[in-house]
Amino acid sequence: MSQSAVDVPPKGGFSFDLCKRNDMLTQKGLKAPSFLKTGTTIVGLIFKDGVILGADTRATEGPIVADKNCEKIHYMAPNIYCCGAGTAADTEAVTDMVSSQLRLHRYQTSRDSRVITALTLLKKHLFSYQGHVSAALVLGGVDITGPHLHTIYPHGSTDTLPFATMGSGSLAAMSVFEAKYKEGLTRDEGIQLVAEAICSGIFNDLGSGSNVDICVITKGNKEYLRNYMEPNPRTYVSSKGYSFTKKTEVLLTKITPLLERVEITEVGEAMEE
Amino acid sequence: MDLNLDAPHSMGTTIIGVTYNGGVVLGADSRTSTGMYVANRASDKITQLTDNVYVCRSGSAADSQVVSDYVRYFLHQHTIQQGQPATVKVSANLIRMLAYNNKNMLQTGLIVGGWDKYEGGKIYGIPLGGTVVEQPFAIGGSGSSYLYGFFDQAWKEDMTKEEAEQLVVKAVSLAIARDGASGGVVRTVIINSEGVTRNFYPGDKLQLWHEELEPQNSLLDILNAAGPEPMAM
Repeated sequence: MSQSAVDVPPKGGFSFDLCKRNDMLTQKGLKAPSFLKTGTTIVGLIFKDGVILGADTRATEGPIVADKNCEKIHYMAPNIYCCGAGTAADTEAVTDMVSSQLRLHRYQTSRDSRVITALTLLKKHLFSYQGHVSAALVLGGVDITGPHLHTIYPHGSTDTLPFATMGSGSLAAMSVFEAKYKEGLTRDEGIQLVAEAICSGIFNDLGSGSNVDICVITKGNKEYLRNYMEPNPRTYVSSKGYSFTKKTEVLLTKITPLLERVEITEVGEAMEE
Repeated sequence: MDLNLDAPHSMGTTIIGVTYNGGVVLGADSRTSTGMYVANRASDKITQLTDNVYVCRSGSAADSQVVSDYVRYFLHQHTIQQGQPATVKVSANLIRMLAYNNKNMLQTGLIVGGWDKYEGGKIYGIPLGGTVVEQPFAIGGSGSSYLYGFFDQAWKEDMTKEEAEQLVVKAVSLAIARDGASGGVVRTVIINSEGVTRNFYPGDKLQLWHEELEPQNSLLDILNAAGPEPMAM
């Protein structure tokens, strides 16, 4: 397409040149493609012993459900998890990037990661992209200073709260939290409240649906409860099974492993100079 | 009605800084809005820069957080280099350098207040654009529009600490009553030679103004209070 290379700013980083081109094209009447958002309900709350994060599992492409069971609770560190709402690619990329930065930091400092470290790395990145990285995150974890829960918005602002919701279903979920949250919830009460809030999003928001994922983080321990609740099972399955028309050939099913078995031979002696 | 949840976070806000004989009182509401939705109803807009200097933030939440983070870092270095606490004037100047040099990209109005041993309690207002104005009192944010007349009448020199704090709480509460983008609780920070005191006034404990109703827990209480249930046959 374009022959000339796009100018890279001297200090590196994102080049906004194409944004000027896009503006010019929209002014001339070209309709820009719409962004693919994950309509979502993500929540977090602080309970007696730590933090509980929750998320629905529907990923949408406009009006179509692209993934009925996606994972929105991303791993950041052994003691820190992050739920992501907004553009799926942005949330995945930014959480993966900060997760690796945290691991390198752990190697350097020989200490467990702290939640505010993840918070500062995320907020610096999102602010420098001025809201164009459309990632709205609920970050929660337990570190040496205690349990923490933060929300991070695409423009880079953060809030620290005892309970938080984000995504298109956030209003439905927040109404449940505002009615029922109290300090010092037990683990079971907390899980039940989070599940209730996510269900409220699943049933009342069109952009959220399918199952409930929950992650419980306490001091020194985490539990990732994938598909903790499945309130939308497939109710009709034909008892006769599915038959294909005669012309369809079912070929032999064969699984070929791509990697051959690797033999490790015992090394004799260490090399010496 | 479109809530516009993609709008950048802004703190509609009411922020106030007032000097009294001996120090300063800073005050703010606690509402952070995204379009028409209240994203955080209990935010803390009075941020610490050093032990003796605090800043009230208004405007874009992201911009004001980043500016105060940078200035806190610069002041920390400055304190180490000087070997003594930073003055309020230096803190205000650092904020001003960032606000003025990035005026095209930032949208945040700030009020810096603190106490140092050279000048005592001082308030500096730094609105959009990056001017610095040293004032006996400063107001900012969307709710401040409703307070100009109030302060012209109510502010006086040499108030006591209690008078100043009551003035600030009253003013924020009046602004909350009239400004949709301000709400929640009233937070105050008092800074003087003895140190820093943080106070918190929940929304339902504030004085009621003209035509304001008593806070209620549920619409059902209001409806049932209208009259007894009709008799059942």
